[in-house]
Amino acid sequence: MYKIPRILPAGDKAVVVEYGNEISEECNKRVLNLYSALKRQDVTGITSIIPTYRSLLIKYEPLKLTVDDLTALIAKSDMSTSVEEFKPKVIEIPVAYGGDFGPDLEFVAEYHNMTPEEVIKIHTGSAYRIYMLGFTMGFAYLGGMSEKIATPRLEKPRTEIPAGSVGIAGSQTGIYPVTSPGGWRLIGKTPVKLYDPHREKPILLEAGNYIKFVRITPDEFHEIEQQVNRNAYEVKTYNYDG
Amino acid sequence: MECFKVINPGLFTSVQDMGRFGYESQGVPVSGAMDEFAFRVANILVGNVENAPVLEITLMGPSLEVLQDTAVAITGAWINPLVNGVERPCWSSFPVRKGETLSFAPVKTGCRAYMAVSGGFDGDVVMGSVSTYTRGSIGGIKGRRLEKGDVLSLKRHTLFTHFFKVNEKYIPHYSAEEEIRIVPGPQHDYFSREVIELFLNSTYTITKDSDRMGYRLDGPAIKAKEKHDIITDGIMPGAVQIPGNGKPIIMLKDAQTTGGYAKIATVISIDLSKLAQLKPGDRIKFRAISVEEAHQLLKEKEEVLNKIKETLVPSRYFDVTVNGRVFNVNIDILK
Repeated sequence: MYKIPRILPAGDKAVVVEYGNEISEECNKRVLNLYSALKRQDVTGITSIIPTYRSLLIKYEPLKLTVDDLTALIAKSDMSTSVEEFKPKVIEIPVAYGGDFGPDLEFVAEYHNMTPEEVIKIHTGSAYRIYMLGFTMGFAYLGGMSEKIATPRLEKPRTEIPAGSVGIAGSQTGIYPVTSPGGWRLIGKTPVKLYDPHREKPILLEAGNYIKFVRITPDEFHEIEQQVNRNAYEVKTYNYDG
Repeated sequence: MECFKVINPGLFTSVQDMGRFGYESQGVPVSGAMDEFAFRVANILVGNVENAPVLEITLMGPSLEVLQDTAVAITGAWINPLVNGVERPCWSSFPVRKGETLSFAPVKTGCRAYMAVSGGFDGDVVMGSVSTYTRGSIGGIKGRRLEKGDVLSLKRHTLFTHFFKVNEKYIPHYSAEEEIRIVPGPQHDYFSREVIELFLNSTYTITKDSDRMGYRLDGPAIKAKEKHDIITDGIMPGAVQIPGNGKPIIMLKDAQTTGGYAKIATVISIDLSKLAQLKPGDRIKFRAISVEEAHQLLKEKEEVLNKIKETLVPSRYFDVTVNGRVFNVNIDILK
């Protein structure tokens, strides 16, 4: 991590504030602290901010905000963030594992000489930090999956993976927010919609929060799915306590 | 309020406004009109707010049945509008009447034309914008390009009786080779000085694998000092990514919000309009400028838009009957 963040130009309407060249919680926390500090101030002339693992892309309107003022604002906000830190939450994602919900669960278990039960136990055993969102709408880059269940990608990617599928690729785990092609090993599926363009908050997840996978039965899956379709389901969230 | 029925959708016609801002942190691309300058002028010509939804037409225009009297304007690519087969001027507003057919001649220069309608087009508003993002199936008409049989509606019905032309001196000319100005960075330090010189002194050709998401370029390969991959960070439309094979990719309005290739430079915002008018096979030369210069150019471009508004040439359209045949006559009113 750098002692002082680097501010780099990204054309005439954005700057990159880079805290380091590493994927670490420490670095990502500084990113998210600056992100929440700038969001709180709601600065005229800042049009969007994209926080990532170790940097922020800050888009601005040069006719409303000068680079000098923006740079000064970043420096000031960066220093003040240690006072009021980003307070992460845990979001529980219900997942039905195996069978049609997760056609590769058996493979993952065999690959590691485990039972499917053991794989599920490890997968639901810890909370995963959302480092950033990107790639497609609402796709979360998660950190912290156990190496014990790390599994290589499919040699031939599937052409269509249904939205809500939970997969493993190497030591990453994640959820497909929209139906798309993909090569991850699918171990389960959630009835929760991570992305719904017609919802007030179209994207459910937010960087800096944690997600915890909670096992549900196929019956519970269908029950929750119906509630989701009626807009009557609310995900369970609570404060993260480390 | 229904105003057009799509007889033929053209090659790729979609509803666009300025774009979707504020959701990039959640993976949602900006989208929006590729040529912001032409887009804004189209709306000015029909008396709309500058961010009103328009049709973005790519290379081959649609054919539309007019369902009610209104006014339209076509800017951007030189793709002459035809009303019942009779030519109408580009960079001008003109009336269309119920029962007429609005179609387009083959494109002469440029790649993307903008069709504004008085009152603006209606469409699906998703996250504060009507812009169509086809990969995410959102915005516009069911999140996709126009299809035969679609009916387009007006957001607001307005009585528009004054028609205008843009003063000739402010109409851009499009060619098959353009100088595109860039600001180096954010990862130009991944490349040696010699390689950056090579990048700036070469001519690149836009390949067929190019769309609203990005233009892939062919030309001298640009090799990084060590590696091409970075830890994924944010992407700005205009970012020039250099993947492992060294062939630059310019990210555009539908680009993903984050990416893992080093970005040697970023195209300045006003030159994204120039890029939008280039087609596969057209050529690009890059020129590096400073952020300060880019901001100065942006201010000058805004002044041009103000000048356009101040110097609009009023024009009138009349139906004249000669020997029983009706002719549409367009007269410029000179001051």
